[in-house]
Amino acid sequence: MRLEPRGKRPLRILIGYPVAALAASVVFCALLVMLSGASPFSVLGLMVKGALGSQFAFLETLTRATPLIFTGLAVAVAFRAKLWNIGAEAQLYAGAVMTVVLGTGLLPLPQPILIPVLMAAAMLGGALVLSVPTFLKTRFGVDEVVTTLLLNFVAVLFVSMLLEGPLKDPMGLGWPQSRKVIPEAQLPKLVEGKRLHFGFVIAIAAALVVWFIERKAALGYEMRAVGHNPKAASFAGIPVSLVLAKTALLSGGLAGLAGMTEVTGLKGNLTLDLSPGFGYTGIVVAMLALLHPMGVIAAAIFVAAIFVGADAMSRTAGVPSYIAHVMVALSLLSMVTAVMLTRYRIRWQSYGRA
Amino acid sequence: MDALEILFTASLWAAAVRIASPLIFATLGELICERAGVLNLGIEGIMTAGAFAGWLTVFLGGDLWLGVAVAALTGAAFGLLHGFLVVPLGLSQHVTGIGITLLATSLSYYAYRLSFPQVTSPPRIEPFQPWPIPLLSDIPVIGEALFRQTPLTYLAFVAVAVVAWLLYRTPAGLAIRTVGENPQAAEAQGIDVIWVRIAAVMFGSALMGIGGSFLTLSAFNSFFFEMINGRGWIAVALVVFGSWRPGKALLGAFLFGAFDAYQLRLQQLAGAYVPYQVFLMLPFILSIFALIVMSRRAAYPRALMIPYRKGER
Repeated sequence: MRLEPRGKRPLRILIGYPVAALAASVVFCALLVMLSGASPFSVLGLMVKGALGSQFAFLETLTRATPLIFTGLAVAVAFRAKLWNIGAEAQLYAGAVMTVVLGTGLLPLPQPILIPVLMAAAMLGGALVLSVPTFLKTRFGVDEVVTTLLLNFVAVLFVSMLLEGPLKDPMGLGWPQSRKVIPEAQLPKLVEGKRLHFGFVIAIAAALVVWFIERKAALGYEMRAVGHNPKAASFAGIPVSLVLAKTALLSGGLAGLAGMTEVTGLKGNLTLDLSPGFGYTGIVVAMLALLHPMGVIAAAIFVAAIFVGADAMSRTAGVPSYIAHVMVALSLLSMVTAVMLTRYRIRWQSYGRA
Repeated sequence: MDALEILFTASLWAAAVRIASPLIFATLGELICERAGVLNLGIEGIMTAGAFAGWLTVFLGGDLWLGVAVAALTGAAFGLLHGFLVVPLGLSQHVTGIGITLLATSLSYYAYRLSFPQVTSPPRIEPFQPWPIPLLSDIPVIGEALFRQTPLTYLAFVAVAVVAWLLYRTPAGLAIRTVGENPQAAEAQGIDVIWVRIAAVMFGSALMGIGGSFLTLSAFNSFFFEMINGRGWIAVALVVFGSWRPGKALLGAFLFGAFDAYQLRLQQLAGAYVPYQVFLMLPFILSIFALIVMSRRAAYPRALMIPYRKGER
C-alpha cells in the first residue's frame, strides 16, 4: 500500500469524503447505541431534537458553542504556526481567574469600561500561561506538547487552591467557588430570559479578527511560513522565535476569553467545573474546521449540538451521554483521515521494491 | 516524625516502587513507539482503556492474569489504529494521538456507564496481593521496598530487562531502532518500515494498557473516572528524561515514584501550613523541570514524527 498525490481534486471528493467521514462516525456510534438496547434511530432523532428542535434547544447549542469558538480559534492559530498548544484548558482557567480577581468588586467601573478591561485582563492571563511553554520551546528546545498538557493539571490544581483560599466566597457555604462578579461585569443576554449571552457576539467578532490577521496582516503570513517550514522561514529573514511568541500571545489570549465569557456571561462565578474539557474539545473544533477561523464557528456549533443533543437524549432515552464524546473523538479521527485522502489516493499494488 | 526521618522509613520506598510501577510500563511503551519514530499521545487514553478493560474482565469472573492480558490486547488494538493512521497514512502524530486519547477515554467511560448505569460506590474486585519473595523480603528496608510487592510490579521490572534485551540484542530491536533513526537505510536493508513501525506501536501500546491495568488490578480495586490523572503525559516526559533508554527510564520512573511518595508524606506533615494542592502540583512541575534540564542534550530518534513514504528522501 502506498499513497500517491492526486493531480486533480474534484469537488465530489473534496465534499464527499468529509461528509462520508462524519457519516461513518455516526454509524459507528449507532452500533454503540444498539449495545444499550435503545433504537439508534430514535436516539439520533432525540439528539437532533434536543440540539436543534426548538428555539430553546438551538439557543442552548449556541451558548455551548461560545467557549468552543474561542478555544477552537486558540488551537487553530497555534496549529497554523505548528505551535502545538494542547493547553487551552489551562489558558481558559487563567482567563477566568483574572476575571474574578478584577470583576468581583476590585474595579468599580461602569459596564462599558469594565467589560473591555476584563477582556484584556483575561487575554493577558491566557497569553502569559502559554508564553511559558513557548519560551521553553524556543529557548531550551522543550517540546511544548508535553509542557502544555502538564500545565493543564497544574492550572486546575492552582484554581482549586485559590477557590479554597484567597478567592473563596465567604457566603458560599463552604463550596469551593468564587464570589459572583458584580452586575457591571456581567455580559448582557442576547435573548430575554434565555441563557445565550453577548459572549457569542464577541466570539464571532474574534473569529473575524483572526481571519483578518491570517489573511491580511504580516503576522498571518509569518505564522504560515513558520508553520510550513521554520528553517526556510528563518532563512527568509522571518524571526521564528518572535513569531511563535506572538502566536502564543494570540492563541493564549483567545483561550483566556473563553474563561472570561463563561464567567461573566453564563456562570457568574468561578468553580472547578467551569470547563468540561473545552480546551481539549477546541482541538477537535479546530481540526474539523481545517484551521480556518470561519470554519471554527460552524465546527463549534456542530460539536456543541452533539453535546447538547446527547445531554437531552440521555435524560429521556437512558443512553449514557458519553456517547457524545465518542462521536466527537471519532469525527476528529475520521475527518483528518478524509482530508488526507482528498490529497492522496491509496494504491494497493506495489511497484516492485523501491 | 520530621521531614528527614521519613526518608529512612521502609514504607516510603515501598510506596515509591508501587507508584513507579504503572509509570515503568507506560514509559517503556512510549519509549518503544518513539524509538520506532512514532510519537504516541494516545497513551493517556490507552492507559484508561487498559485500566477499564482489565478491571471489567476480572469483575466478570476472569482471572487476574486474564485481566492483564485483556488490558494488553486492548492497548494493542488502539495501537494498531494509531499506527495505521500515522504510519501508512502519515497523519499528524500530535493530532491523531490526542484523538486516540479522546476516543479510548470516552469509549471506556461509555462502556462503564453502560455496564453500571446507577452505582453510588464503584463496584470492587479482589486485586493482586503482595507476593513476598522468600529470604530477599527479609532484608531491612530494601526487602520491603522491592521484594514484598505484587506480581505486576515484578512484571514491570522484568519488562525493563525484556525491552532492553529486545532493543539492543535482537534483530527486531535493531530494526526498530533503524526505522526510528534512518528509515531509508532500513528499507535498503530489506526492512519493511511500515510494518516494523506499526508492530512497535502495537507492542508499546500493549505495555501502556498493562500500565493502566496496574491501577485497577493492583494499586486499587475499582475503576473510576479520571483515574489515570496525567500519568500518561508524565510517562511521555519520562521518556525524554531517560534519553530513550530503558534503564534510564526505569531510574526516572523510580525517582518520580520516590518524589511522589515523599510529597504524599510531607502533605500529612505540613498540610496545616501549605495547601495540599501545592503538593499535588509538584509532580507535574517536577516533570516540566526534568524536561528543561534534559531537553538541551536530548538525542531524539532522528526520524521521530517524520512520516515515511517509500522512495521519498
